[in-house]
Amino acid sequence: MKVVLQNLTKKFPARGKGNKGDVIAVNDFSFEIPDGKLIGLLGPSGCGKSTTLHLLSGLQKPTAGKIFFGEDDVTDLPAEHRGVGLVFQSYALYPHLNVRQNIMFPLENLKGKQKLTKEQMLQKTEEAAALVQLEGLLDRKPSELSGGQQQRVAIARALVKMPRILLLDEPLSNLDARLRLQTREEIRRIQKTTGITTVFVTHDQEEAMSISDLIVVMKDGVVQQIGAPQQVYDEPANLFVAKFLGTPPINVFEAAVKNGWLYIGDEAVLEVPGVSDREATAAIRPEGFVLNENGKFTCQLHRVEVMGRDITVVCGHKCTENPAIRAIIRAENKVDTACPTVRFDLIRQKVFLFDKQTGERIGL
Amino acid sequence: MEQNNRKGWLYLLPAMLFLGFFLVYPLVDVFIYSFEEGYNSASQTYFGIGLYNYNYVLHDPYFLQALKNTFILVAITVPVSTGIALLISVGLASIKPLRNLYQTVYFLPYVTNTLAVGLVFMILFKKTAYTDGLANLIINWFGGESVDFIDGPYWAKMFVLCFYTVWAVMPFKILVLTSALASVKQDYYNAAKVDGTSKLRIFTKITLPMISPTLFYLIITGFIGAFKAYSDAVALFGTNLNAAQMNTIVGYVYDMLYGNSGGYPSYASAAAIILFAIVLTITCINLLVSRKHVHYA
Repeated sequence: MKVVLQNLTKKFPARGKGNKGDVIAVNDFSFEIPDGKLIGLLGPSGCGKSTTLHLLSGLQKPTAGKIFFGEDDVTDLPAEHRGVGLVFQSYALYPHLNVRQNIMFPLENLKGKQKLTKEQMLQKTEEAAALVQLEGLLDRKPSELSGGQQQRVAIARALVKMPRILLLDEPLSNLDARLRLQTREEIRRIQKTTGITTVFVTHDQEEAMSISDLIVVMKDGVVQQIGAPQQVYDEPANLFVAKFLGTPPINVFEAAVKNGWLYIGDEAVLEVPGVSDREATAAIRPEGFVLNENGKFTCQLHRVEVMGRDITVVCGHKCTENPAIRAIIRAENKVDTACPTVRFDLIRQKVFLFDKQTGERIGL
Repeated sequence: MEQNNRKGWLYLLPAMLFLGFFLVYPLVDVFIYSFEEGYNSASQTYFGIGLYNYNYVLHDPYFLQALKNTFILVAITVPVSTGIALLISVGLASIKPLRNLYQTVYFLPYVTNTLAVGLVFMILFKKTAYTDGLANLIINWFGGESVDFIDGPYWAKMFVLCFYTVWAVMPFKILVLTSALASVKQDYYNAAKVDGTSKLRIFTKITLPMISPTLFYLIITGFIGAFKAYSDAVALFGTNLNAAQMNTIVGYVYDMLYGNSGGYPSYASAAAIILFAIVLTITCINLLVSRKHVHYA
């Protein structure tokens, strides 16, 4: 089922006496989610990603704009008639019901033509439980399950009625690091098996990048960029997206373009033909540095962190706004730690220029 | 370890002393009195030991009347007051504007004096030479005959007593239920809504189980409170409850001790022990039933 968002806007009335004007949680969001894809809504807290999810689920009504599931306009359809499956951040499993009753709950709500017999319900419940590998736990209460198992019950409950779309609100935030890796693979597998169009919300960029077909980066209710994870990483539309994606974070410098060269401080570090002279913000991915004794870019060496597969060179520069510059280079390189400075060449594809005022990308 | 144990007992001592003196000792004492025939508290004498007191009390028409009144009162007021309180609380939980105002209004009876309220009820329901009272005005308006609710037929008096009791116990129940409802996480309702659950099913399958421990607490304390009813009846019908056929078990106990027919601590003790046994039985039944229907998180 493809999902279309048309100029979706959600305003909340301002609260308190001092505040004037509404809070705009989602601002003019237009997007077409292709059928059967896994979409990651990504952004910092308060960026409107959860509100977008609630608008999709029908729990909240948009102030303006329209939502289509396939060809159906569902904008005014209440949550119960939309046929969505929603997995809550808290899972919201009913504590007084066991796993089987929890998963079966949505099926028991079906009315009229869709009504199922008891045997059909039990069978569908078993199937959903098998899909998320919960066989053998069906008679337990949620309180007798681990966090990861509870999560899977919540997913099974959302999937059992074969929803038109599946929505996941911060699905991994309550799990520990190991379980998180495992569960995100699980979510990917379940989504592939069922082919249900899935939207999930996260503030963890690694999570979004690793399993999504498409990611939507949001900030202050405004969509910053939509694209495949690698594409968004390689071609960030603006400084915010560049800074938000990637660990360790991208290195940001005050810079200037003069006579076709990019200057960071006094050094001309990279030739940028076709860019007019201007002040700019330069951002360099950690993997964009190549160690070279005669390199054009000089930094103060702080220390070297050995990671085994590669080396992180931690260094300083007067023009950076990061606490420290982190450059990741191959482990074969030898860094002379006795020398107070270290010199690099830059890889062109890993260097981005942004407008100093607007933060918009300047093409190199 | 031994040291710690002794300290623990020391800390418990004040509470144990108080409970022992004011709860356990009187209970045991009352139990003993109830078997002592014609016990006289002034001279500390009695005629003999046996079941004579129980035999007397259980054949006393005043006690049987009180027993019947109490059971009717319990059977009507506990379900009715809990049910209405639940309806009002659910209603309060689902409205936004004026909720605080309504909560205050519903709580007012709780901080109002029982006897004062009894007086108001009497004025509303009493038929005098000058007026038939507000309740009768309404009945007349609908084309009914006037009824004297205070000095009239038994069912009318019982109706007023039940009405009054329900009215008096409801505020506390509403208060407790409202906070229980507020503690149910919104996520459960949202999850149910997304899954297309009907309002009725949300109420029976989610709200009720979630607040069942609170509901159970209210039912148990409701039963116990209703079995101990006395002051409500006095407020409405005066102190001569036997004459009004409106006595309760606790009222009977009081009359046996201090009333016109007072001075019979043995009979009073026997009646009190019977009440104790009834309350204990009902509470045990409640506990057994609750095992299946109360869900502790």
